[in-house]
Amino acid sequence: MTDHVRIRSGAYADSVTLLQVSKRVAGTPGVAEAQVAMATALNLETLAAMGFDVPAETGPNDMVVALRLADATLEDALAAVEEALAEAGRPPVRDGAATTAPPRTTAAALREAPGDAVVLVSVPGASAFPEAMDAVEAGHDVMIFSDNVPLEAELALKRAAAGRDVLVMGPDCGTALVGGVGLGFANTVRPGPVGVVAASGTGTQQVVCLLDQAGVGVSAALGVGGRDLSEAVGGLATRTALARLDADPATSRVVLVSKPPAPEVAEAIASYAQSLDVPVELALLAPGTDLTSRTEAVLETLGVEVPRWRRWGEPENASGPGFLRGLFVGGTLCDEAMLLAADVLGPVHSNIPLAPDLALDTGVITSGTPVAHHMMIDFGDDALTVGRAHPMIDPTLRRAALSRAAQDPTTAVVLLDVVLGNGAEPDPAATLAPAVAEARAQAAESGRALPVVVSLIGTDADPQGLDAQAEALAAAGAYVFTSNAEATRHALDVVTAAGSPLVSAAADASVTASGERR
Amino acid sequence: MTAPTIVTTGTDLLADAVADQAVDVQRVDWQPPMPGTIDDLATVIADPLRAEANAKAVEAYLGVTAQLVDVLPAGEALGLGTGDFLHAGPPISWERASGPMRGALMGAAAFEGIVADAEDAPAFFESGTGFTLSPAHHHHAVGPMAGVVSPSMWVFVIEDAATGARTYCSLNEGLGKVLRYGAYSPEVLDRLRWMSEVLGPVLQRAVRAAGPVDVTAMLAQMLQMGDEAHNRNRAGTLMLLRDLVPAMIRSESRAGDVADAAAFVGGNDHFFLNLAMPACKLALDAARDIEGSTMVVAMARNGTDFGIQVSGTGDQWFTGPAQVADGLYLGSYGPEDANPDIGDSAITETAGIGGFAMATAPAIVRLVGGTVPDALATTRRMGEITLTQNPRWTLPVMEFAGTPTGIDVTRVCRTGILPQINTGMAGRVAGTGQVGAGLVTPPAEIFPAALAALAERARPRVTG
Repeated sequence: MTDHVRIRSGAYADSVTLLQVSKRVAGTPGVAEAQVAMATALNLETLAAMGFDVPAETGPNDMVVALRLADATLEDALAAVEEALAEAGRPPVRDGAATTAPPRTTAAALREAPGDAVVLVSVPGASAFPEAMDAVEAGHDVMIFSDNVPLEAELALKRAAAGRDVLVMGPDCGTALVGGVGLGFANTVRPGPVGVVAASGTGTQQVVCLLDQAGVGVSAALGVGGRDLSEAVGGLATRTALARLDADPATSRVVLVSKPPAPEVAEAIASYAQSLDVPVELALLAPGTDLTSRTEAVLETLGVEVPRWRRWGEPENASGPGFLRGLFVGGTLCDEAMLLAADVLGPVHSNIPLAPDLALDTGVITSGTPVAHHMMIDFGDDALTVGRAHPMIDPTLRRAALSRAAQDPTTAVVLLDVVLGNGAEPDPAATLAPAVAEARAQAAESGRALPVVVSLIGTDADPQGLDAQAEALAAAGAYVFTSNAEATRHALDVVTAAGSPLVSAAADASVTASGERR
Repeated sequence: MTAPTIVTTGTDLLADAVADQAVDVQRVDWQPPMPGTIDDLATVIADPLRAEANAKAVEAYLGVTAQLVDVLPAGEALGLGTGDFLHAGPPISWERASGPMRGALMGAAAFEGIVADAEDAPAFFESGTGFTLSPAHHHHAVGPMAGVVSPSMWVFVIEDAATGARTYCSLNEGLGKVLRYGAYSPEVLDRLRWMSEVLGPVLQRAVRAAGPVDVTAMLAQMLQMGDEAHNRNRAGTLMLLRDLVPAMIRSESRAGDVADAAAFVGGNDHFFLNLAMPACKLALDAARDIEGSTMVVAMARNGTDFGIQVSGTGDQWFTGPAQVADGLYLGSYGPEDANPDIGDSAITETAGIGGFAMATAPAIVRLVGGTVPDALATTRRMGEITLTQNPRWTLPVMEFAGTPTGIDVTRVCRTGILPQINTGMAGRVAGTGQVGAGLVTPPAEIFPAALAALAERARPRVTG
């Protein structure tokens, strides 16, 4: 062990740098201890305590290099000192990432965002509340795409928002059009005079796409969440949304799209709507009505001719009696189809049933156990999206169900929906059309026809392109409609024409759609 | 309508779908909250009092102007009698006290003449009688490192001009072998005696003659001069001297004493720390006891436990094991020589300076081998967990942004980002003194514990 002390008069580095240099040099192989320091009284004491002998005349403006070497040469150790000093004085090379880290909370992001920024929250439901509350407290409108948000959280958000003139869209809000920007699953529609307030995502998409097809544009589509018109929430967001559109000079007519609201809430909202200057048209899903007819009513009030809703492909008959199999990605589209079907076919079993005794277990759906009933499945329901993406993004489950329906000799007709727009699959027909063709081929091998009916919800301007998608599906043998109600009615005709004995049985059972859920 | 900016929190797919429409998108880097906090977060965030309570706490904090109004013996200022000892951090017994805490208590017992020799003090403290131990925080006081205060030591008296509220802190002894780092050798006690007999009275005469010193304003200047007021107090110390020296010279103090006092203060870069700390405490005390507020009003360590207090939960401490700092060591000391984190000085971070103002004192970040961009990132990161920015304390390099102020328990739990504290390291063995300096964070679990207590109080307001 040898000690070496070198004095560098006039050399200077700050104490922190020198601590760092000392640490580095001490880590050099063969160096037992190292202390590089300005010769202040304190440091001289430290050096003395370490057992180094420092010349008496050394002063605070001198740098001391004290080395205790095991088996390193002095030359190597001094080189390590030089290197460490040089390194400490060099500006760091960085990509700047450390200083421009993205914000970690919505609140932090909003500090630097413009005042009219809109927040889109899609974190897991249990964590959506704090993020959405950040937006509300900062005075920004927020769309909550997340599902599984507790009711108490929704109430807290909407009560806080009401006092701040903030709009809470959601939770479980799938689509919105705000300031010309589509949020969530959103179709590209032309700007125009109709404002939509919606407690239903795919219902909104159906309405705005039909309006667009008729040449009528949309000023805004404000989702409010499926529970907003329940008794518990009482339409808090619906009121704010209606007031927004009332104040919007670009909006001359409002459509309120919803599943049937709680009666007292419906009454209160209707009387609130009456107090506004802008006329409000109600498009409520209920037995005896559908979104297409409500959209047509809006067109008539605007003096716009109702077009023949576009369709592609050819109709086809079933080869014998059987059941209707509806395989949906859109919850409201599924609801609408069930309401129409219940009128004609009687009970329709579903994972989102119209009455509790019609409930289908999730296991039955995923395992493919044959069901001897008319059946409509919403693959976008919470229970079928646990740990997987929405079927508008991940079509795996539905494709498997389609294949099983093809092999099932009791299938009379298959009814599918395809929803286009931003956020949805970039080219759903690319996988669905071959699947349809294959399903039909499978049935044909068994000597059966497999009529496939598709509701295609989209616009010409959507990224996927309405025509291209429709043509690909029609080429695969599907009969493609832009109106979900028309598609459903056609499918019902096919089932009825096939003369299923079940139809008369169902009529006897006098089952009516109550519109209630579980 | 023009297209608004969209802030997206959640799946990138939906953010991409917005960006595809040629709209400005700002993405939040959301990550799951600390384990087990989801339900309590929901309750606390739904608390109808929270937003207003936090606004009130911030306003109260910002409304304080801390002034140095006097210098007094602790016995007189704090009503301490013989055998009364204050210490840093949450409450602790002799039995659980760490080496440096014991060393400081031993030195203080000898300094007060309770024991003839510091080495006799352990037997005295083990006897359990003839003394009291209580946190300085419980007496409107703070102390760096061990923070031990006994009646004969002198303290700064800090006062809020508007309310007359006061806080106190001992005089800083300098670096190296000093009582607050657990050293108690004769030279340590000799220095303490000189501080009580000479330094305290010299400063008292000067402060009384010169009039109040605006510590809050001085902190504002320091932050523009490279001090973050925890591990770097060089500019503040010299400004204090500049303000007091004329009065020191004009006073009745002996010329030799004045010269010694000026040399002592000027030679101790950390002298101002003991003014920054009580100034921070004074401001944070104003934010205490506001029902529903989630703002942290104290972070303090006793060498064994790290504790926090929160505005909405009164005087309750939430504690966990103090961590060992990550940093650089003096001489041949290493990590095995370091005691876990100790001292009330984290009151500076609680008030938004120290580690939170790292951007203004880039030299400090090198204590852990960091870089200037790291310093900027640290201050920005602290903005994630704080309620506001302090408009009086601004950071030139951050475009004069205010220091990130008011640690929010809910944001800490949501982001998992822990407060960054700059600190000195005391030797593990009593009597050692300082062994290094570095950066440290609180034990993570104390924030969910505080959140649970806030949720407990908020629950009747949320469900009722």
